[in-house]
Parts: sequence; structure tokens; C-alpha cells
Amino acid sequence: MAVVRIPTVLRPQAGGQARVEVEGTTLGEVLRALVAAHPALDERLLDGDRVRGYVNVFVDDEDVRYLGGLDAPVGATSEVTIMPAVAGGAR
Amino acid sequence: MRFDDVAQAVGRTPLVRLPRLSPPGRTIHLKLEGHNPTGSVKDRVAATLVREAERAGHLRPGRRVLEPTSGNTGIALAAICRVRGYPLTCVMPENTSEERRRVLEMLGASIVLSPATEGSNGSVRVARELAAADPDLFMPFQYGNPANPLAHHESTAPEIIADLPDVTAFVGGLGTGGTVTGVGKRLKRWNPDVRVYAAEPEYGDLVYGLRNLDEGYVPEVLDLEVLDGRIKVDSLRALEMTRRLVGEEGIFAGVSTGAAVAVAVRVADRLPEGAQIVALSPDGGWKYLSTGAYDPGDVRVIAERISGTLWA
Repeated sequence: MAVVRIPTVLRPQAGGQARVEVEGTTLGEVLRALVAAHPALDERLLDGDRVRGYVNVFVDDEDVRYLGGLDAPVGATSEVTIMPAVAGGAR
Repeated sequence: MRFDDVAQAVGRTPLVRLPRLSPPGRTIHLKLEGHNPTGSVKDRVAATLVREAERAGHLRPGRRVLEPTSGNTGIALAAICRVRGYPLTCVMPENTSEERRRVLEMLGASIVLSPATEGSNGSVRVARELAAADPDLFMPFQYGNPANPLAHHESTAPEIIADLPDVTAFVGGLGTGGTVTGVGKRLKRWNPDVRVYAAEPEYGDLVYGLRNLDEGYVPEVLDLEVLDGRIKVDSLRALEMTRRLVGEEGIFAGVSTGAAVAVAVRVADRLPEGAQIVALSPDGGWKYLSTGAYDPGDVRVIAERISGTLWA
């Protein structure tokens, strides 16, 4: 099963977990399985069928925007990371 | 090479092949921006921010410059403002290192501190408030100023094209987005087949924990359309590559350089045989020595220990 890493700000909506295991072969399937297990995540994470603004999603470290969005393939050992959009540290 | 003053001596940095770190059949080159006058790629940005502001009439004698920055941009702006005659104020989080404050003060900048708990967002807030209250203050604001990507469009990218006309891919770090946007657009104008990748630092829970998703920030100068991929790099992988750079290639660079080279190696195998990849090194390693990033020992232990301050 793929592992989804939950950012600190969303952990209260994920039962306090930092990592959640879910089934799915595409990012869309994985996120739907995630919000099915933790419904409170739905409106924080998704805007209808899209991932909300200011949220970056990576599959195996690659931004899903460049992998087909919700169609991005997710492997059995993939890591899906949800991160808040942050501008450069001390630049 | 001779120049009239330090503001003229920006750019024309070396492009160095990395024979030991390049994967078979692909060549990675590193553009060493640490060779700029104040030691970082931000000299290009600062020089262009000030020049464009003068051209537009935002800056003229008697006005002062204000910018939220505790890093390379502040140091670069301080040098440019000193020779152009503008007093500079930098707004930075109160937990910024003593070394950075000392360098800025040495170059004549004054410093205003913002709450550590608000991070760089807090510096932006305080700077905006100060600028709004004082009509003599000009805030270039590199995150939203088109002069930032312009600097790379008109200097960094043409230098790459001149030195390596058959460049096939470019990798830059993602901070303001100015580098990948400016270089990427110009390289794609030169050759639409050039691929552009961003290396995004994964800051760790300490930074993200302070962020609310609703106040997330995507810099206005970042054009996501120019990218062909955006790959995050955690502290460990950035540190590993930074240490390999100094150990195997003899290049003492900062941690963002390690992140860019790590992405260059990762994307190399999706590029055709013979690919010529340029990664950009924003600065040298000197400013980061005191973080412990180059200390002897197990890199995993070191990465764990310093991940909270590594990218700061």
C-alpha cells in the first residue's frame, strides 16, 4: 500500500497521524481513499475534484502537476507527500 | 577583467563540468554563482532590482530601500545600495544568525527584527507595514518583482547559452522562483526542447509546522508553466550531495547546490544519451560552515541534527 505523509497542520484531521497507509493506483484513488478514512480532511485538502491552492502534492518526491495531476500513477511502495506551499527560507 | 565599481562586476561566472558526479552518457555542469562579488547569485538580482527601480523612477537620491531578507539578497542589496548611495534596511526574523547580522551591518544596512514565530512571512508583514507608513521607503520585494526573473533572463541564461550552446536541461533551486523562471524562459526561447527542473527544499516539520494552509504562499515571480518537473529534496540528500561535491569534485558549495545537483543526477536518466545538464550553484559553503554541515561523521546523524536550521 502507498503511504501518505500528512503535514503537521492537517494531522488533527487525520487522527493525529503523520503517515497513513491507503490503497490506490492513481493519486485520485489514493486521495479519495484518504478522505474516506478521514472525512475531516476533505474540505481542507480538496476543492471539488481538485487539490486546493497552497497545497503541494508529491509522489515519490515529484510534484504531481508534472505527472498528470490526479491521474499521476502511484505504485505499491510509493510515498505521497502533502506539503503546504512555502516560499524560500531566508532568501 | 576591469570594472568601474562592484555593481558592474556581477555575473560572468564559471561553468564547471562535474566529471565524477555525472552519470554515464550524460554530463552535468555547475554554474558557480558563489563567484559573484558578495558571494551569491543574488548579486544579479540585487543589481537588476536597483537598476530597474532607478529606471522607473522609484529610486532616486534621498530615498531609502527596505527589503524583508536575512540571507543572500540582503547582503547583495547592501553592497549595491552602498555604492549607489541608498540607505538599506533589512527586516529579518529575530532568530537569524549573528553572522548574517554582522555582515549586513558591516555593509551599512540597518536591521529591523520580526517575531521568530512568524518566520519569513512575519518579515514580509513588518516590511509592508513600514513601507506603507513612509513614502521615502522603496521596497523592491524580490518575490513579486519582475526584475528578479529579468536578471536571470538577461544575464544568467545568455551566459549559459554562450558557454554551452547545446544545453539540454537546466536545474535551479526554488526559493523566489526567479532563477528557474528567468533562466527557463530564455533557454526555451533559445531551444524549445530544453527541459527545466526545479529543486524544492523540503524544509522539515519545524518550518511547515508554523504554516497554515490558508496562508501558504506562491511567489508571484514563479511561473510554474516553464517547469517540466519539480522535485523535492530533503536535508539528508541535499547534504549528501553537498559533501560529495567538495569531496569528489573539490567544489565547496552551499546546501542548496547539493539539492540542485541531486535533482540533476535524478533527471539525467530521463534525458537522451549525450544530454548536457546545467545545475546552478547559488552560493559557496562558507556561510554554512558553522551549521556543522561539513563536519566529519555520519551524514544521517548530521542531517538529523541540523535539519531545522539547514535551509534557514
